[in-house]
Amino acid sequence: MSRHATPDRAAAVLLEGVHKFFGNYHALRGIDLTIAKGEVCVVIGPSGSGKSTLLRCINQIEQISAGRVRIGGTLQGYDERNGRLHELSPRAIDRQRRLTGMVFQRFNLFPHMTALGNVIEGPVQVKRIPKAEARRIGRDQLARVGLTDLEDRYPNQLSGGQQQRVAIARALAMEPEVMLFDEPTSALDPELVGEVLDVIKDLAASGMTMILVTHEIGFAREVGDRMVFMDHGTIVEEGQPKQMLAAPKSTRTQAFLSKVL
Amino acid sequence: MASGHDDAARDEGQKVRLNDVVPHRHPGRWVAVALLAVVVAQVAHGIIVNPNFHWDVFWQYLFAPTVMAGVGWTLMLTVIAMLVAIVCAVILVLMRDSENPILRTVSWLWIWFFRGTPLYTQLLFWGLFAVLFPRLSISVPFGPEIIGVPTDWVVTAGVAAILGLGLCESAYLAEIFRAGFRAIDRGQTEAAQAIGMSKGRIWWRILLPQALRTIIPPTGNETIGMLKGTALVLAVPFTLDLMFATNAISNRIYLPVPMLMVAAFWYLAITSVMMIGQYYLERHFGRGQDYVPTRHA
Ligand SMILES: Nc1ncnc2c1ncn2[C@@H]1O[C@H](COP(=O)(O)OP(=O)(O)OP(=O)(O)O)[C@@H](O)[C@H]1O
Ligand SMILES: [Mg+2]
Repeated sequence: MSRHATPDRAAAVLLEGVHKFFGNYHALRGIDLTIAKGEVCVVIGPSGSGKSTLLRCINQIEQISAGRVRIGGTLQGYDERNGRLHELSPRAIDRQRRLTGMVFQRFNLFPHMTALGNVIEGPVQVKRIPKAEARRIGRDQLARVGLTDLEDRYPNQLSGGQQQRVAIARALAMEPEVMLFDEPTSALDPELVGEVLDVIKDLAASGMTMILVTHEIGFAREVGDRMVFMDHGTIVEEGQPKQMLAAPKSTRTQAFLSKVL
Repeated sequence: MASGHDDAARDEGQKVRLNDVVPHRHPGRWVAVALLAVVVAQVAHGIIVNPNFHWDVFWQYLFAPTVMAGVGWTLMLTVIAMLVAIVCAVILVLMRDSENPILRTVSWLWIWFFRGTPLYTQLLFWGLFAVLFPRLSISVPFGPEIIGVPTDWVVTAGVAAILGLGLCESAYLAEIFRAGFRAIDRGQTEAAQAIGMSKGRIWWRILLPQALRTIIPPTGNETIGMLKGTALVLAVPFTLDLMFATNAISNRIYLPVPMLMVAAFWYLAITSVMMIGQYYLERHFGRGQDYVPTRHA
């Protein structure tokens, strides 16, 4: 099934022959992808090509229909014994989800909690870190995204860019191995895009492993170690961003890039 | 923020002189107030000096022991029946959203039945329960009884009233609760899952507080409805509540109007206290959305 004869089990993220069906709709059609530790992988592609679905399968918001997802070498969602897959308990799946931090297009902050409350929710409720220490961690994370003074604000008292940065801090507070970004700036006003991209750039520079779905092609070229172009649930082409943008091999990639560049 | 000459907002050391504004006047409002005051005074005068209202009798019985006991029983019925209804409604909502089709169907049938029959009929039924099922027992089906008690030891008039009021109400509350949870964006659950929260914790920490914000106002309505619904427990028959107590007195003294006023007074008093409670609940669960505390007062 997999093209990877000897899968790199140390890879941060490894997808082998991943398929996803929504009923009869075949949203992911055999995805193979290896992402090394510290690598920044940018995913581009037309609307409906399955980019969000890919991220949602990696952090198990959606259950995959076929294939394997491994994070840090650990099979996600299942236990493989005697050649059969056994579904993990919900508890075990919740524990695996901590390995990935997810940032959503529409922020999805908890509206009834302050910025700091949002950030410490995971550390306190999931990791059971004492409140005082969690607050310290939370403040550090808010400082990291440049929001030192706004910890007491509720989400609806923050600008879109500030909300998205809180969402990034919330994901970082769980100390994930991999960060997944699903079009983090496409719900933002143009003048707010930069502040979020700056935070992501810093994260990339700090060595965080990341998968970033984006329509910001310029930014993708700048931060990406690797670029993946998806269409109709498959990876059509992948490579070094600068090379791929300068000389796309596939005609489908060419067609897409000619529209967005 | 009030306006005035000395009022100045500070921003990084810079003093900003705020506008000194003469507010727009609303003469129409004052005319309306004056007209209303005249009408209110007329009506109040008409009621207060009217001998048919027997205000002396009103005052005589307002704090009468049986009336006070009636207030207590009515309050107790309301609170306990409401608690029963809330617990049942939460279970119904969880069943309705579960993956088990049998639980979903049971929940649907429960709501269908208890919403579809009149409360008065249900109360009559619970009153007759002990007659219909004289013994409550656990037994081998069609075989000998293992353990059992006479039903009227368990389902007393009070219990029957609470079951009647509570189970009927649970069907309405279940629909209110379900709507409250439905209104929450799916992204909330996904964001909570993404930080590794368990299903139970997501429900308790993320979904419930947000649902309560929309659930509380209609539930306040229902509670007030329940308070007045207790007047129907006569059907069981349960004979200690406020309505029965005031009715009993008026039948004795042949003066229904002052006793109706006594009952109305107490229902209003209880409702008022409940509304104050509701205000604080709404404020608590609306934080961050409806009631945003400002740091710059
Ligand atoms: N829960 C679902 N049920 C059915 N179909 C779905 C579901 N989620 C996604 N799809 C379908 O799967 C396909 C891929 O969706 P996906 O959201 O991954 O696209 P995308 O590449 O992220 O697009 P966009 O750039 O618009 O965000 C779409 O055709 C979509 O309609
Ligand atoms: Mg998408």
